[in-house]
Amino acid sequence: MATIDLGSWSCPLPLRDHPNIILGHGGGGKLSGELVKHLFLPAFQNDALAGLGDAAVIDLAEQGQAGARLAISTDSFVVKPLFFPGGDIGELAVNGTVNDLSMSGARPLYLTAGFILEEGLPLDVLGRIVESMAAAAREAGVALVAGDTKVVEKGHGDGVYINTSGVGIVPPGVEIGPQRAAPGDVVLVSGTVGDHGMAIMSVREGLAFETDIRSDTAALNGLVAAILEACPKVHTLRDPTRGGVASALNEIAQAAGVGIVLDEQRIPVNPAVRSACEMLGMDPIYVANEGKLLAIVPEEWSEAVLRAMQAHPLGKQAAVIGQVTGEHPGMLVARTGIGGTRVVSMQIGEQLPRIC
Amino acid sequence: MKYLDEFRDPALARKLLDEIQATVTRKWVLMEVCGGQTHSIIRNGIDQLLPEEIEMIHGPGCPVCVTPLEVIDKALAIASMPGIIFCSFGDMLRVPGSEMDLFRVKSQGGDVRIVYSPLDALKIARENPDKEVVFFGIGFETTAPANAMAVYQAKALGIRNFSMLVSHVLVPPAMEAILSSPTNRVQGFLAAGHVCSVMGYWQYVPLAEKYQVPIVITGFEPLDILEGIRRAVRQLEAGRAEVENAYERAVRYQGNPAAQRMVEDVFEVVDRKWRGIGVIPQSGWRLRPKYREFDAELRFSVADIYTQESPVCRSGEVLQGLIKPNECPAFGKECTPQNPLGATMVSSEGACAAYYQYGRFMTLEV
Repeated sequence: MATIDLGSWSCPLPLRDHPNIILGHGGGGKLSGELVKHLFLPAFQNDALAGLGDAAVIDLAEQGQAGARLAISTDSFVVKPLFFPGGDIGELAVNGTVNDLSMSGARPLYLTAGFILEEGLPLDVLGRIVESMAAAAREAGVALVAGDTKVVEKGHGDGVYINTSGVGIVPPGVEIGPQRAAPGDVVLVSGTVGDHGMAIMSVREGLAFETDIRSDTAALNGLVAAILEACPKVHTLRDPTRGGVASALNEIAQAAGVGIVLDEQRIPVNPAVRSACEMLGMDPIYVANEGKLLAIVPEEWSEAVLRAMQAHPLGKQAAVIGQVTGEHPGMLVARTGIGGTRVVSMQIGEQLPRIC
Repeated sequence: MKYLDEFRDPALARKLLDEIQATVTRKWVLMEVCGGQTHSIIRNGIDQLLPEEIEMIHGPGCPVCVTPLEVIDKALAIASMPGIIFCSFGDMLRVPGSEMDLFRVKSQGGDVRIVYSPLDALKIARENPDKEVVFFGIGFETTAPANAMAVYQAKALGIRNFSMLVSHVLVPPAMEAILSSPTNRVQGFLAAGHVCSVMGYWQYVPLAEKYQVPIVITGFEPLDILEGIRRAVRQLEAGRAEVENAYERAVRYQGNPAAQRMVEDVFEVVDRKWRGIGVIPQSGWRLRPKYREFDAELRFSVADIYTQESPVCRSGEVLQGLIKPNECPAFGKECTPQNPLGATMVSSEGACAAYYQYGRFMTLEV
């Protein structure tokens, strides 16, 4: 088998061809990655950031507080429309940061919220969003402890943008991160993939189609607690948001220097999501999720983790979908339904509906 | 999923592969015409499962890929004008023109929107009477009926702020251009099922006869493609050269007469330039004179934009099946889906993008 040099794939002059920010820079795929790698990381470099997990984990021993580790994460929400089947931007903003913290194994505790409001936004719209945030925070068991509001001129925003930041505590003995995935590990997903992205797509201007697909937005800290109780030795957790399962697993393969083999047939996909993806020429494994997680665990623990996930309300449709291997490091390979194989690469830019 | 799972059945796929293996006695070169078929072949790993004797080369049937650079430049020029809402199928946004793409126009303030049907663009025109709404009308016979319908309705309803930048292309003249080329290697075709569902397959009968080449109308699911290959190989081994319909659930000999009438009413056949190939006589459609007022090229005076294509990019040879995407020296180096030099690297139906996306740039055994 040929050795693959991942370094040679990337463009020697990244960002070169995009003097302006394009939508793809926010798509969670290659362009987003370039922005982080070539702009933000060099500017802000430090050890906590360099881990590139969903949350930064800081060992307070360095601050003279032995034993305790703090997880910190931040995320901004710019979803359009603000209200969509199955959720709204407020619920999403709370769950998104709770989930990012949870993916480091942390117990999320406190959130902050920053609002950027567009002049003219009806107050009752903001009221509904804030109530929905409060409900989501109660549900997740976190407190919203600080906030900020700015207003921009009409035409300079889509109604509401929300940033949430959060902190949590990582329990002793829990060591979770993308770089810990090891050959032999088993890859599990907590349920059907692609629901959130297709729910948003179904109500987007110009593309709207009739369907009962609903966003899967949910706080995953409860599910993570159940997983950790069944298996404290979990290697990696990830919530496959933008860029979907394919991009998340690619990032893990690259961070850990391992290969991942995905069994396409075993990935749970809601039939309505599959139909919508077929119609639009998209692949569900590239579509965003907001209430699902990927768990990578040592093989001997996979049964226990699967059972723990399936016993939780948010993991009923959990499944084993693949395995980590020492072969083809840095690459995600799918076994196709009819027995062939293909490489599944990072998404480039945004997912685009095909012409026919 | 009903009508899809049945055509992705692994056991039946194995059976078809075994039959192909049992039939083939020598090397044959087949071309799948449509980009959707290329995508399916690579996505499902069909090319890896076929017997060594069968070589699949990827045809010019990706509408995004064959749209000439100068048409893209015209689209970019129009989309950059003030007061324009430029509507397009999604994957056209990333196609590079000579200096930028539609995403860049959008990032610089242009109102560029993705729509899924030209009729949605017509709706946008109705809702924005103070704007000029332009739809990028590209594609093969498959997208033509809906595009024709949009122009027909615009005229019937008097929606004057709607127009279409038309760059329609036709499949049979491209197949004939490939067959009559002195460098042709294609010995059998899998014809594009969707095109035939509109146009029927009567047009292929004289082609099969004249060039003594089997043409099998083929669908897009893994079993459709394997069945198409099986029938083409069976004909070749038996020395036959006929037109066969292996996509009976969607295609009839006469095609869809209502769609053909709509297209006939709105479009007329012209010589058309294909990206990477050049001008093929009588290979495209443009608006008939009675609909010329809806021609965006005339309305926005961009008819005289001419552009040279990149000398490094060999997408023309890829589109004609003369080289495989990974045989191009720029493949995966200067040219990636992120920074495409040619359109075949842009659309997921493009042969180069399919090769890149699904890792056909290395030997890989799992």
